[in-house]
Amino acid sequence: MLSLHVPGHSLVHRLPAGAKLLTILVFGTFAFFVDSLVVLGSCVGVVAAAYLVARVPPARAWQLLRGVLAMVALIVLAQGFLGDWTTAAQVGLRVLAVVLLANLVTLTTAQTALVDAVVWAAGPLRRVGVDPDRIGLMIALVFRFIPVIAEEASKVREAHAARGVRPGLFGLGVSYLAPLVIRTLRMADGLGEALEVRGVGTRPAPPDRPAKVPF
Amino acid sequence: MRAKDLALIALFTALMCVLGLAPRIQLPLLPAPFTTQTLGVMLAGGILGWKRGTLSMLLFVLLVAIGAPVLVGGLGGFGMLLGPTGGFIWAYPLGALVTGLLVERWWIRLNAVSAFIACFVGGALAVYVIGQPWLIVASAKLTLAQGWWSWVVYLPGDILKAVVAALVIITVKRAYPLITPRVDRPFTDDPAAGHPTGDQPGLKTLGGDPRL
Repeated sequence: MLSLHVPGHSLVHRLPAGAKLLTILVFGTFAFFVDSLVVLGSCVGVVAAAYLVARVPPARAWQLLRGVLAMVALIVLAQGFLGDWTTAAQVGLRVLAVVLLANLVTLTTAQTALVDAVVWAAGPLRRVGVDPDRIGLMIALVFRFIPVIAEEASKVREAHAARGVRPGLFGLGVSYLAPLVIRTLRMADGLGEALEVRGVGTRPAPPDRPAKVPF
Repeated sequence: MRAKDLALIALFTALMCVLGLAPRIQLPLLPAPFTTQTLGVMLAGGILGWKRGTLSMLLFVLLVAIGAPVLVGGLGGFGMLLGPTGGFIWAYPLGALVTGLLVERWWIRLNAVSAFIACFVGGALAVYVIGQPWLIVASAKLTLAQGWWSWVVYLPGDILKAVVAALVIITVKRAYPLITPRVDRPFTDDPAAGHPTGDQPGLKTLGGDPRL
């Protein structure tokens, strides 16, 4: 599974991806400058209501939130003991609101739509010589090659098992990571050629001597 | 940017994601987890060089932003970037940049010690320069004086990762070097310009012409 997206047809799902990303930006900035507990609390409430509108399965929402929640708890405790508890509550609510909203966008937006929004937003970069479509291509390439490289990783592990190697903590570096990295770099040779014959990337500088005509 | 460079950047980012499949180790009392992914930051700079390494890490941050579960523990999404430990992730491109520049500078005589220093300065210190203020000041609203010490807890893990990364960089340098060294004189194919490593002083004293 390479996406956290939960398909659906709710109002939240149907909003354009660019608008949702913009909302995160505006909301995050707003929350950063607000100190009132009431306003921050209602921010969390509004976002929670949006979850109900989107009808996201609670299990999926929890799965994303769980990783952040431990950090938020620790920060609140640290702030409470080192500072004061009002600020601690502000900090906790602020982070919770922003993270909940950002997670909602992740859960309700198709990855392709987000990639398109990124490619669109990168449009002005064309002036400085960046091709926005290439960013989309690179993202697709990474997704395509994660399973391939994961398989290479298990091949290296199998090779170790077959030879009875049990690398220690430092040995792990050289005997596991190094072969994996070199396999990856080798793969890049083939992929580079494949991209080049399809006209991606700049061509190498022409040789000084003109190529010999074979006839 | 050549097609080969694009391929290297994309595949290294994919490798970074595979490193994220390792289990997440949450240290007690500290918000940021111990991850194998800063190892990927060091390797990106030290193997691809600063330019491709930085671009590769930027691509990784972009993947996190669009909600790919590529962070350690299957996490991802904009929430991770805006959350308390987001600064550590934003800092990955800077980490690769610093490691890459140092490794390129020391490339010709790179050994385990200099590679370790490059990895530690880039993959650990540079990452903390952004990550810690974000965590302590922006998220927790504490002052740096109250929380700066917390990175000491990560020190053993980071030293370990930098050692492993340095060994891998040395091994890969021998097997599959990709970096062109940064030397004071630009590299040319012209033999009259002498050898860029400066390892052949005899050539220079003879007017730089190897045929003499």
